[in-house]
Amino acid sequence: MVNENLVKDVVKEPYKYGFVTDIETEKIEKGLNEDIVRLISQKKEEPKFLLDFRLKAFRKWQKMKEPDWAALGYKKIDYQDIIYYSAPKQKEKISSLDEVDPKLLETFDKLGIPLTEQKKLTNVAVDAVFDSVSIATTFREELAEHGVIFCSISEAVKNHEDLIEKYLGTVVPASDNYFAALNSAVFSDGSFVYIPKGVTCPMDLSSYFRINSGDSGQFERTLIIAEESSSVSYLEGCTAPMFDTNTLHAAVVELIALDDASIKYSTVQNWYAGDEKGIGGIFNFVTKRGKCLGKRSKISWSQVETGSAITWKYPSCLLLGEESVGEFYSVALTNNLQQADTGTKMIHIGPKTKSTIVSKGISAGNSKNSYRGLVKMGTKATGSRNYSQCDSMLIGDQASANTFPYIKSQQPNSEIEHEASTCRISEDQLFYLQSRGIEFEEAVSMMVSGFCRDVFNQLPMEFAAEADKLLALKLEGSVG
Amino acid sequence: MQSKMKELDPILEVENLSASTDNLPILKGVSLTVYPGEIHAIMGRNGCGKSTLSKIIAGHPSYNITNGDIKFLGENINSLEPEERSQSGIFLGFQYPIEIPGVSNLEFLRVSTNARRKFLKKEELDTFDFEELVKEKLEIVKMDHAFLSRSVNQGFSGGEKKRNEILQMALLEPKIAILDETDSGLDIDALRIVASGIKKISNAQTGIILITHYQRLLDEIEPNYVHVMSDGQIIKTGQSDLALELEKKGYEWTDKFIKET
Repeated sequence: MVNENLVKDVVKEPYKYGFVTDIETEKIEKGLNEDIVRLISQKKEEPKFLLDFRLKAFRKWQKMKEPDWAALGYKKIDYQDIIYYSAPKQKEKISSLDEVDPKLLETFDKLGIPLTEQKKLTNVAVDAVFDSVSIATTFREELAEHGVIFCSISEAVKNHEDLIEKYLGTVVPASDNYFAALNSAVFSDGSFVYIPKGVTCPMDLSSYFRINSGDSGQFERTLIIAEESSSVSYLEGCTAPMFDTNTLHAAVVELIALDDASIKYSTVQNWYAGDEKGIGGIFNFVTKRGKCLGKRSKISWSQVETGSAITWKYPSCLLLGEESVGEFYSVALTNNLQQADTGTKMIHIGPKTKSTIVSKGISAGNSKNSYRGLVKMGTKATGSRNYSQCDSMLIGDQASANTFPYIKSQQPNSEIEHEASTCRISEDQLFYLQSRGIEFEEAVSMMVSGFCRDVFNQLPMEFAAEADKLLALKLEGSVG
Repeated sequence: MQSKMKELDPILEVENLSASTDNLPILKGVSLTVYPGEIHAIMGRNGCGKSTLSKIIAGHPSYNITNGDIKFLGENINSLEPEERSQSGIFLGFQYPIEIPGVSNLEFLRVSTNARRKFLKKEELDTFDFEELVKEKLEIVKMDHAFLSRSVNQGFSGGEKKRNEILQMALLEPKIAILDETDSGLDIDALRIVASGIKKISNAQTGIILITHYQRLLDEIEPNYVHVMSDGQIIKTGQSDLALELEKKGYEWTDKFIKET
């Protein structure tokens, strides 16, 4: 095909976040054993229940096997060759942003996430996480006036021990899977959100995760609790420098929604994906799950996955409360030698529960993009409904797309609907747009964002624009 | 050729053009010159190279020019990208307009119109100004505003697709429009709408090439010249009566001209 090379050029990705911040860090020795787990807990001055939680998880992890059922191929991870704690050196107790190392502030500035009082984003509160620690959280006082707690999980352990002890590990138990167990043993930092009863969070909350060092793993842990009749919209962004080694990222996110509460969790994942030969890039093994515990509660996941060499991620919903609602909207774009195995699990337990799945996979280059999803109707899920739509778009003729929908129903009085399609950007479509004066690159990105429209419509507004831009960026190259 | 028109510079000159796709020769030395204000009709059997000629003029990447030149306003455009040709004023009305799922027709039309306006150094239009412009142009093709909010050509009937093509032509105001079987698949009412649209858009400064099988479009829009193509060549050129004769006698009648060329 005449256009084949052009397409290859166009999908070449310029990664704009690949810089390294030169900062003194405190790292512990490589490797993982019980002493390391104790050391992490000790460094974080954790209460005993948390050390026990970690140790139990570690012992479980030792007995578990790394899963191999995903449609992913990668060289074996050497868990003893990873540093499990790495933090930028700064003053022990930071009372205000002025005391944060300017280099760190500059880093987040460069990433488009200014943190200082003068420059901070006006309508979003940000928790900025650098390697293993949270360095700053904006708008804390303003949020506190509404009773909203938004801080790093390490701080929450100190200041809201009861909430952590009550909820940590209740959605994703340590024994859930290999990577969740690993995270439970060694998690470093992450965000904690608590929305009290009846409160609609006055602004979007956001965590920005930045991996900086090349030999440390990143294991963050996020916990969001929405009390009765409360609601929150939470955004998550991630980037990492370009290293020619692979960095392991194994996060756990737990969401809990009580009666009539609603949580909207949006992710734009742009970890370094490796180069065009597949060298370097983040190994992204993430467990995200929400529990719709209350009646009429709602949890909605939207994700735009564009980065990482390997993505293994299935944001899921446990629909326990009567009439609770789970949603999953996903765009996953893979290019070069990236591999993504992503999807969701909708577990209908309560009656009259409802779930919607819309997944858009785009594969370019030699990449591999799989949707894997489970819809389960339990024995009590009478009158429950699911609708799934999984579409794949192929760019070029070397990329592959797979769809693995699993359906298990133990309740005859429930409905499951599944639609799937695969399309390819055709030369004729490109020519049609070009013959109307539209540049090749713009034509490709118009079609890609058209394909993703259903998902972008679900993202918070600023995020939707960012996602659209990100995809265009990913698909931008040196044409002609 | 009419002497009055000769004084003007030609819009399009196709000179001894040969082209192939997958090493298969399709055009074998086509020459054609279009002056401002002229309407040319190209007729011929399926597979004679009519559509290929139109696609090559628009810059379709699947065809290789093996010999000859295409000049637009005196400049050789053989190596220009399709979007550059469009921006500079070449319009191809597709025989089978392509569906683009998810891309809104309105946005598509706006981006396209602005690309042309940018080339012409005219101010690009924002959504509101464009709405005004497009409303006016919708009148020409008698299209409902609702078409704009749908995806490009998706789920459009044959007639709607063709009218959408003419709408694009009206927005882009090309110097030359090549309309590839715009009349095929249209009922009589739609044909009239399309024909009157073409007439409204064309003027003394523009050139039009109508590729068609049927006299009925030429009844509505009278061409200055009619060319008959066969096996990648123009085998006969005449005036509008040639089309009438062709309608009467069929393409077999033209076969005898092949030897003459």
